[in-house]
Amino acid sequence: MFDQLSERLQATLSDVRSRGKLGEGDVDAAMREIRLALLEADVNFKVVKAFTKRLKERCLGAEVMESLDPGQQVVKIVNEELTGLMGGSGRDLAFASSGPTVILMAGLQGSGKTTACAKLARHLGESGKQVALAACDVYRPAAVDQLVTVGERAGARVYEQGTDADPVEIAAWALERAREEERDVLIVDTAGRLHIDADLMDELAKIRKRTKPHDVLLVVDAMTGQDAVGVAEAFAAAAEFDGVVMTKLDGDARGGAALSVKAVTGKPILFASTGEKLEAFERFHPDRMASRILGMGDVLSLIEKAEQQVDERQAEDLQKKLESDRFTLEDFLQQMKQVRKMGPLSGLIGMLPGMGAMKQLKGAAVDEGELDRVEAIILSMTPGERAHPAMIKGSRRKRIADGSGTKIQQVNQLVKQFDQMRKVMRQMMSGKQLDPQQLMQMGGGAPRPKHRRR
Amino acid sequence: MSTSWQEIFELGEREAPAPAPEPQSEERRQGVFRRLRESLSKSRQALVEEISASLFDRIDEETWERLEEALILADAGAPTTAEVVERLEREVEGGTVSPDGEAVRDRLIEILAEVCASGRRPIDLSGEPAVLLMVGVNGTGKTTTIGKIAWHLSREFGLSVVLAAADTYRAAAAEQLAEWAERAGAELVRSAPGGDPGAVAFDAIAAARARGADVVIVDTAGRLHTQDNLMDELAKVRRVIAKQMPGAPHETLISIDATTGQNGLRQAQIFSEVVEVDGVVLTKLDGTAKGGIVLAIANELEIPVKLIGTGESLEDLRPFDPTDFARALLAE
Repeated sequence: MFDQLSERLQATLSDVRSRGKLGEGDVDAAMREIRLALLEADVNFKVVKAFTKRLKERCLGAEVMESLDPGQQVVKIVNEELTGLMGGSGRDLAFASSGPTVILMAGLQGSGKTTACAKLARHLGESGKQVALAACDVYRPAAVDQLVTVGERAGARVYEQGTDADPVEIAAWALERAREEERDVLIVDTAGRLHIDADLMDELAKIRKRTKPHDVLLVVDAMTGQDAVGVAEAFAAAAEFDGVVMTKLDGDARGGAALSVKAVTGKPILFASTGEKLEAFERFHPDRMASRILGMGDVLSLIEKAEQQVDERQAEDLQKKLESDRFTLEDFLQQMKQVRKMGPLSGLIGMLPGMGAMKQLKGAAVDEGELDRVEAIILSMTPGERAHPAMIKGSRRKRIADGSGTKIQQVNQLVKQFDQMRKVMRQMMSGKQLDPQQLMQMGGGAPRPKHRRR
Repeated sequence: MSTSWQEIFELGEREAPAPAPEPQSEERRQGVFRRLRESLSKSRQALVEEISASLFDRIDEETWERLEEALILADAGAPTTAEVVERLEREVEGGTVSPDGEAVRDRLIEILAEVCASGRRPIDLSGEPAVLLMVGVNGTGKTTTIGKIAWHLSREFGLSVVLAAADTYRAAAAEQLAEWAERAGAELVRSAPGGDPGAVAFDAIAAARARGADVVIVDTAGRLHTQDNLMDELAKVRRVIAKQMPGAPHETLISIDATTGQNGLRQAQIFSEVVEVDGVVLTKLDGTAKGGIVLAIANELEIPVKLIGTGESLEDLRPFDPTDFARALLAE
């Protein structure tokens, strides 16, 4: 999501990195690039100004000038400053010690409040909380219907009174019901409003007063431009929000709004919404995000994702199989399914260190269709064939191709790639140095580039 | 001098039926004026607004910097901003524009207006029925805009409109469009949730032909331009429309939220590659965001803005006027 920013910073800094010592001229040039990159990433103009000023001071300071590797030092400082700008190491929601925890959601129209409500409900439901939603957007046509539908999908109770009731009353009534039904959390969805609409901002303040929320969350679209700061300031004045939910982070928006809102209001970003599905919602980690901007990869998020999906016992099983060279196509199929459960592969690639800088991956969309094909081919094999791919010859090949709707060549290719992969794994297990050429063959070459991306 | 509805819609051979005369009671007229006043005072587009005087009180090195700052804060983006300011600076230094505050300001407005008028054409409604495809990222205001367009087409030109609820993905999207259809007096064609969007568009065109309706507006699900599978689906909807009626869609509009930053450029570019976008509807201009990203979109992609949205009521849609917009960009 921060790809382009990361690319530019890396280009600039690798230039600085290549020199032994850097003078003030070098620092100025780097600052100019960083300034442009940040502006292009929609970081607020004033924030950029202050940021590059601080950065320059630190870069000209002793810690860089006297260091043996000034370039590396600059990278470290930019990383630290970016992390600081986005809110240090992050924070959790405030939960009530007794009674329902109330979370009030506010934001501009179209920022994705209703969807974010349902995603948050699901997220909290995952950790065992009983969640209810209050439908207080009585203005946008069919907003209540939308919340009822997505709320039920998220496994939450939805309290609604149609569109004729007063939003403040609905909120108060919903809180009452949440108490009666002993819900752990009540999430209040409100109408999208412009921060200059006095009546609606007043209504928001009233809802806040009546429900005394433990956290007020401002929903901000990651694609927002320079105005994000003005919006955040106005919402801070009316509803004193406590944290931010960034939405639509799965696009290629560079998300400078995230940096700016935190820098100007001091309110941290708590959650990131990263996709169409309800599961695409996670805690925001400022430190990891800064690393990602610099192309250092978000390995921690990747490991966490894997932990959520991979069964511990299965992983041990796999380890044993690899060690004893008993890894079969059946195991391969299971592995692939688990990896795919972690989400679209294109999203995962961005989390890998160094991948942001790999130009050939930039233009490539991981072809999920190819994976579907591989799955279909393996599923068309008998258990015997999956365990002993060597037996796949002549008529078996034809049968598998017919059964999976693929060509004989594609079946051949899969079997060959699998064979390569086993060889590589055997080497990995024996601790030998890997042959890059072999790795490439295993992956079946570079992914097919799609011309229209980036 | 503002752009009129007649200038922004091309009706072709179609004999523009007279708009249905509306019985205007005193009370209703007051309502109309009240709304107009409200939307004018709310909107940054208001002509009455003063352009920041301090920008031009004297012309020196700092002027260009402050100018850059103003344009960047309006989301015009660094490359377009640099291009515009350099051009103006050159003209002042070359003597073609006198180094006097008012002259420089007027010239800047001209340049900005020229940039946002790149590739300008009216919205093509000459087809029978004319098919209009509405695309864009989630939450940019597609459905609301469609409701407003339908209402204006029937009010300004007396055209009959069929709306196609081809957003079969988002919960309650069809209900939202149904509500707008009712307010705008348009017909609605929809399917069950999760239905095929192409089929809805197909049925809507068939229905419009059968009833002799003038315009079909196809609402599509909001999608991020980075989601390849959803973009492929959109391309398919377009192909279905083109197959059903050669030459259609006659106009494809993308909605861009005025609060959008530099990502708007990517949105316009990729949507355009997939479905050949003819114009932009710049929505939510009633806030404090100035929508300067459309300057970059017009400058780099030559996709012009055609309509602007300034609120949540049916009336709150206007033809885009480059000069008014240029003024508002610089207003404080």
